Formats: sequence, structure tokens, C-alpha cells
Amino acid sequence: MAEWSGYLTLILLGALVTVQLTVMGSALALVVAFLAGLGRIARWWPLRWLATAYIEFFRGTSIFVQLFWVYFVLPFAGVTLSPLAAGVMALGLNVGAYGAEVVRGAILSVPKDQREATVALNLTPYQRMRHVILPQALPLMLPTFGNNAIELLKATAVVSLISLTDMTFQAQVVRAQTGSTLVPFLTILALYFLMALAISSGVRALERRLTAGLDGVR
Amino acid sequence: MEWDWGFVADIMPTLLQGLKLTLIVTLLSAVVAAVLGLGFAIARRSANRNVARPVAFVVEFLRGTPLLVQLYFIFYVLPDAGILLPPLVAGVIGMGLHYATYTAEVYRAGIENVPKGQWEAARATNLTMRQTWVHVVIPQAVPPMIPALANYLIAMFKETPLLSAITVLELMNQAKSVANSSYRYIEPMTLVGAFFLAMSLVSVVILRWLERRYGRLGK
Repeated sequence: MAEWSGYLTLILLGALVTVQLTVMGSALALVVAFLAGLGRIARWWPLRWLATAYIEFFRGTSIFVQLFWVYFVLPFAGVTLSPLAAGVMALGLNVGAYGAEVVRGAILSVPKDQREATVALNLTPYQRMRHVILPQALPLMLPTFGNNAIELLKATAVVSLISLTDMTFQAQVVRAQTGSTLVPFLTILALYFLMALAISSGVRALERRLTAGLDGVR
Repeated sequence: MEWDWGFVADIMPTLLQGLKLTLIVTLLSAVVAAVLGLGFAIARRSANRNVARPVAFVVEFLRGTPLLVQLYFIFYVLPDAGILLPPLVAGVIGMGLHYATYTAEVYRAGIENVPKGQWEAARATNLTMRQTWVHVVIPQAVPPMIPALANYLIAMFKETPLLSAITVLELMNQAKSVANSSYRYIEPMTLVGAFFLAMSLVSVVILRWLERRYGRLGK
């Protein structure tokens, strides 16, 4: 029994790394999603082109390939990243590309007359975005962002393959040391599921808050 | 380290072999996902709550946990229960099961997309349940599902590198073994990326065409 508590501690330490990766990866993905999403609808074509290339590239290959590329190929170009940095970068850039399409779709779905009204009222581009477009577009983005965050959480398991000691890696360690397979894998499956539930209920709560003043508008 | 075209030519046959296995795995898993997904979708619609509830939980659980861990589970835990699967079969089952939870949602959305009036009209004209499904619901529900299903086919194709973790010798694993034996990572890893990017750019074009041809599911 004492042994098991030791192994459980190991898995919980891994869970901490998984949470860390999910939070930092999501933060990076959020920033990148807005940059690329706004870039795709920018008026200046090089910006549009750049954003499209980024999105197609990162959606066209899987997180696994990108992670290995960042970890194994970039060092030859003189960029050596720690496994954690490589993981956060690959996760953030990958999920950010999916998020960018969500941002673009939500902004474009704000009715056209809203934009025309802001022009008529002589708002600056920043004011249009901040006070009129985004407050209406954000609630549309949230549910998909929640799903993307869960996808990111699931993708963190892949970083165990570049020797980052996340939950999946620790489960493998426990398997190797004890020869027991059912207990470690069932434990981490349950933990992943609980984390996914936490994300989806968190996003639902946020959605309720953001849409509180929008009754009757949509 | 410089890019070496001679080395690229050397490793190409090995990589193409991996690509072939990748495509086979993708197609087999897609069949499993399409069939199982239909099963999940029907079971979740079941009037019997003792069926619908547990199936709903299983689907949510599979969607909320990483495919990699599910693959480990099938590959490492099942043999302890006496079920010994070859890596390829374990991979196909794992991928198929995971993506079945996604295709189930597509089937559900497709069926719900058929207006209620169509069901009522079928009942009013005294069609049997079988006739309703075959002649009214399915012809309207299936076309908008096609682009969405194709989308998951592409997603599955991109996820196949995960199978290298359970020793399936697909594209990524071939690249890794080449890289490890020659200590050259740039070419194999970049080529794998290029392969996937090329395939998915082509599939995006096909997907756009499918969407124009069959329309898409409304959210």
C-alpha cells in the first residue's frame, strides 16, 4: 500500500506538468488565434497571406509531427528548446491555428450593419473592435474555444514522447517499474477525463457571464 | 548540418513504405469509425435510458481522454486480460473507437438536420418505420454528412503518427528509425512534415468541392 502511494505521487506530479502545459499552451493559443484570426481579415494583403499560410501549415500537419520537428530539427538551426518550451510552443501554435478560424468566423458573423453603424458614428478601428464587434463575437467563440482547449489537453499526452515527464510519461514509468498496467492507465484516463470536465464546465460558466447582458440582442 | 538530397533519395523508399502503411491504417480505422459511430449514434437515440445513458457516458469519456493513452491501454492492458492484439490491429481499433465518438456526433447532427415536418409527413402518409428511414430521412440526412465525415477522415490521417508509439511501422516510425540509425534528423522529419502537408492541402481542395456538392451541416 505504501508503495502505491509513492507511485500515485509520481502520477500526480505528472498531472501538474499536464496542467501546466495545458494552461500555458492555451494562453499561447489564445494570443496566436486572435493575431492570425484578425490577420486573415486584415485589409493589407501580405498580412492576410501570412496568416493563411500559418493556418494551413499548422492545420495540415499533426501536432505530433510539429513537436518532433521543433524538438529534433530546430536544434540544427541553432535553436535549442527545453522539452517544456518545445511542448508549449508546438501545442500553442497548433491549437492557435484552429482557434484563428474560430475568431475569423465569429467576427464575420457579427451583422454587417453593426460595422456600418460604427463607421457612421466615427469610431476608430480600435473602438469598433473593442466596444462593438468583440463583445458580440466573443460569446460565439467561447463554446468552440472550450472544445479546442480540451483538444489541447488531449494533445499534451504526445509530449511524453519527447521525454517530458507529464502524466502519460509517469504512467509509463509506473508500468515499467511495477509491471502493473491497469492501475496506472486507468488512473490517468480518469484524471484526463476530470480535467476535460473541469474545462467544459469552466467555459460554460464563462459563457453565462459573457452573455448575461446580451438577451434580446441576438 | 546541411540538407542532403542524396540522403533524401536513399531514404525515400523506406518512407514511401511507411506512407503506404499510414494510408492502410487510415482507411481501416475510418471504416471502424464510420460503423461504430453509427452504432453509438443509434444507441444514444434509444428510448431505453438504460442503453442511452451508459453509451452517452462512454462516448463522452472517450472524447475527453487522449488517443495516445487509449492506444497504450489497448496495447498494454488488454494482453493482461488475455487479449493479445498485433500492434496494427490495436492501432486500428484504438483510432476507430476514438473517432467513432466524433462521427457519432456527425450522424446525430445529420439526422436532427432533417426537418420535423418530414417525419410528420411520413407518418401522415402512413409509411412504415423502414420506409420512413429509407425513402425520407436517409436521402436527406446523408449528403450534408459527407463533408463532415471527410473532415474526420483527414483528421485521422494526421493522427496516425501516434501509432508509432505502439510500434506500428507507419510513416513517422520509419522516419524515426531512419533518423536514429543515421543520426540525421533534418531530412526524415522535414519530409514527414512535407508528406502530411501535401496530402492535407490536396484533401482541403477535395473537401471544399464536397462542401459545394453536398452542402454542409448547419450548426
